[in-house]
Amino acid sequence: MTGAQITEADIDEIALGAAVLGTGGGGDPHVGSLMAKRLIRLHGPVALRAVDDLTDDDFVIPIGGIGAPSVSVERIQAESELLAALSAIERAVGRRPTAVMPIEVGGGNSMIPIATAALAGLPVVDGDAMGRAFPEAQMVTFHLAGYGPGATVMVDHHGNEVVSRPVDGAWSERIARAVTVEMGGGATMIDYAYGGDVVRECAIPGTLTLAKRIGRILRGRDAGGDELRDDERIDALCADLDAVRLFEGKVADLQRAVDGGFTRGAAELDGVGADRGSALRLDFQNEMLLARRDGALAAVTPDLIAVLDLATGMPITTESLRYGARVAVIAIPCHEKWRTPMGLLTAGPAHFGYDVDWIPVEDILRPGKGRDAEGKAA
Amino acid sequence: MVGYRIGIDVGGTNTDAVILDDRLAVVASVKRPTTRDTGEGVADAIDAVLAASGVDPALVAHAMLGTTHCTNAIVERRGLGRVGILRLGAPATTAVPPLEGWPADLREAIGDHAYLLPGGFEVDGRLLAPLDERAVREACARMRGEVDAVAVVGVFSPIDESQEERVAEIVAEELRVPVSRSARIGSLGLLERENATVLNAALMQTLTRMAGGFVAALRARGIPATPYFGQNDGTLMQLEYALEFPVLTIGCGPTNSIRGAAHLSGATDALVVDIGGTTTDIGVLVDGFPRQSAHAVEIGGIRTNFRMPDVLSVGLGGGTIVRTDGNSVTVGPDSVGYRLPEEGLAFGGSTLTATDIALAVGGAEIEGLTAPDVEAGLGSVAWAAMRAILEDSIDRMKPNAAPVPVILVGGGGIIAPAELEGVSTLIRPDHFGAANAVGAALGEVAGQIEKIYRADPSDRRASRADAAAEATERARLAGADPATIEVVAVEELPVAYSDGTAVLIRARAVGRLAA
Repeated sequence: MTGAQITEADIDEIALGAAVLGTGGGGDPHVGSLMAKRLIRLHGPVALRAVDDLTDDDFVIPIGGIGAPSVSVERIQAESELLAALSAIERAVGRRPTAVMPIEVGGGNSMIPIATAALAGLPVVDGDAMGRAFPEAQMVTFHLAGYGPGATVMVDHHGNEVVSRPVDGAWSERIARAVTVEMGGGATMIDYAYGGDVVRECAIPGTLTLAKRIGRILRGRDAGGDELRDDERIDALCADLDAVRLFEGKVADLQRAVDGGFTRGAAELDGVGADRGSALRLDFQNEMLLARRDGALAAVTPDLIAVLDLATGMPITTESLRYGARVAVIAIPCHEKWRTPMGLLTAGPAHFGYDVDWIPVEDILRPGKGRDAEGKAA
Repeated sequence: MVGYRIGIDVGGTNTDAVILDDRLAVVASVKRPTTRDTGEGVADAIDAVLAASGVDPALVAHAMLGTTHCTNAIVERRGLGRVGILRLGAPATTAVPPLEGWPADLREAIGDHAYLLPGGFEVDGRLLAPLDERAVREACARMRGEVDAVAVVGVFSPIDESQEERVAEIVAEELRVPVSRSARIGSLGLLERENATVLNAALMQTLTRMAGGFVAALRARGIPATPYFGQNDGTLMQLEYALEFPVLTIGCGPTNSIRGAAHLSGATDALVVDIGGTTTDIGVLVDGFPRQSAHAVEIGGIRTNFRMPDVLSVGLGGGTIVRTDGNSVTVGPDSVGYRLPEEGLAFGGSTLTATDIALAVGGAEIEGLTAPDVEAGLGSVAWAAMRAILEDSIDRMKPNAAPVPVILVGGGGIIAPAELEGVSTLIRPDHFGAANAVGAALGEVAGQIEKIYRADPSDRRASRADAAAEATERARLAGADPATIEVVAVEELPVAYSDGTAVLIRARAVGRLAA
């Protein structure tokens, strides 16, 4: 990102970082990255707008895909869907879009706004409403600040447009799911379209540049541009993100089921290297949500838990986890907005049905703070 | 009558050949250098193994070839056919047209003949768009004389192949070139399946030429055998099937070595440690077949959805260079490779190698060689470092903490200590140097299918039976004896964001080679 632009050369690094921030869910950014690269090549680089630089006159459009990953990798989006969605929201709200942004930086939905921005000649906002990926539509920082989804647009490849005005995020989720099934299991969606003032208040800033930094490190360049060996990358990443290197192990057991649009399950890891003799259990619902080391809490949502290939540092999704895979598990502190009572109510462990108290991941392992090995508060 | 079989594995450095008898016991094995035109090396290896075995060529009933020929053609962009691409997916999929993200030189090699036409299905079986036959014929007219093969790729064709079949018929009427249909090549994931189908089409004439040379070499020596090709899952395909699916030959190398090791040792669940001159490759044998890798595989810079064997490669082999610097000793990762017989200390050269260390500490003996003079402290430190590399790599590949049997194959195998931590038994089978050619010669044939079915849960059984029947039919087409075909796996995966009736079923059937 030279100056405040996203060029074709930036896309692979952003996509890789987005896959890490996807914490195992969010969809594979591969198809989206091809889309973004092609549209930047055809229409030129995309201007990057800092969240703080948005004015009250701006009208910012979060755009992304909704649906089953197995549909989005097979029935790839029509280019026409991107502009059709922008035009539909303009007609529904009566305001002209001045910028697009990712609703979630984690996974495939990091790429669609960049592709849309290139096609529409609009800037993309360097920020998002999750700072990661989450599975439900109300799990956004707009919701935490009391804003509803507003006018919601869904379009498909045939040109169908569905505009709805759900009363809250939960209704938005139900309606969107029903429409998605009829649209063939996937659709392009806009919700939480607000003015620059609301976006300045709500968005998590700097997350596209963050994704780019993560991708750059995992592709072997540190912040100073020096080359990193394969085995240095994960440590360099943890240092850069203030993340905790939780565990090294191999997948010894895996239970996984698809249930109403969610990939739910758990993986048991046997420790290798310094973690030999220990075990880590990972619970996931699309995203990795809970890590327990030898039965004791190690990290939990909304903090980010990412699983990386031990040898290459490449992120591994909950769908591609396989028995015998050798992985490193890292935990990244989530943004402060998720650490508020409202944030924890919306996306904390209780919401996902886990009977643990959230503790900041950086405190869990710190002696004298958090919990001891038995999981009791110290 | 069941006769002998000849197995040939064309690797990067060596072309190995073996002859097995009708009980699959090794009669003879030979090694010859691989030639740039792989055909010469293959012919040479056939002559050598016939001479070494004394077997009458007329009694060789089966000839199996495992070859990197197609892989090399892609990697080196050499000898590929020009491909016309018909994607049936408009009005969807326009955001990523065919060949997006392909390296420019590979795009150039196959030509720029891609068309995105109306067609395809939805995940629930509805039409995405009806086929526009006139548009197909117009595309054909524009491709006439410009392409050597055509790839047909429809959205959700693994659910419904009818449009792809119809387009293949039209292409056959309009153009006299072979057609590759995506539903027969790959599974869900349009771009990966499309890429694999395009590569398959590009390789059709490549493998046809290679196979022509192989068949001619057999006939010239009076070998009446039916020719087979090895594929990346460790099973065989008959010649005609291989010519239709040449892309399936990619990645058969490590697979052959793992399967050969299994056969030579009689083990079905073990680690296979293949120590060569430069690297050690470790694979995992599960129920007699190699464990597959979890990652999407890139071939020549293109993402496909093939499963490849899960192999860990580390820089330790017989020719690995050992260095001392003050008090520290390093082992590799560089190697003298095939120059070991000239450069190794024990061979009269001046480079200290892993083989020299093994000889010096008494870990190995080679007939006719005396142990080189290596300072005792250095020898034991280096030997411990080599052991640590092997033990750590074996631990990384083990399925669980329990000790595993290890089958040791490959020419560099003598540098492994006789006992290793985490290993229950260390098996060094006879003919371990030719495990890959033995793997190529083994006789199982598989058919596989992955398809989305839509049915009430009560009809699941019928869907599973249908998938099993189709996998069985594919195994038969690939050359399996129908009486021996067994369905070895049927997996179900529900599809998210559908109305709950769609289910992805994967079935695989394996049978013995028809006599």
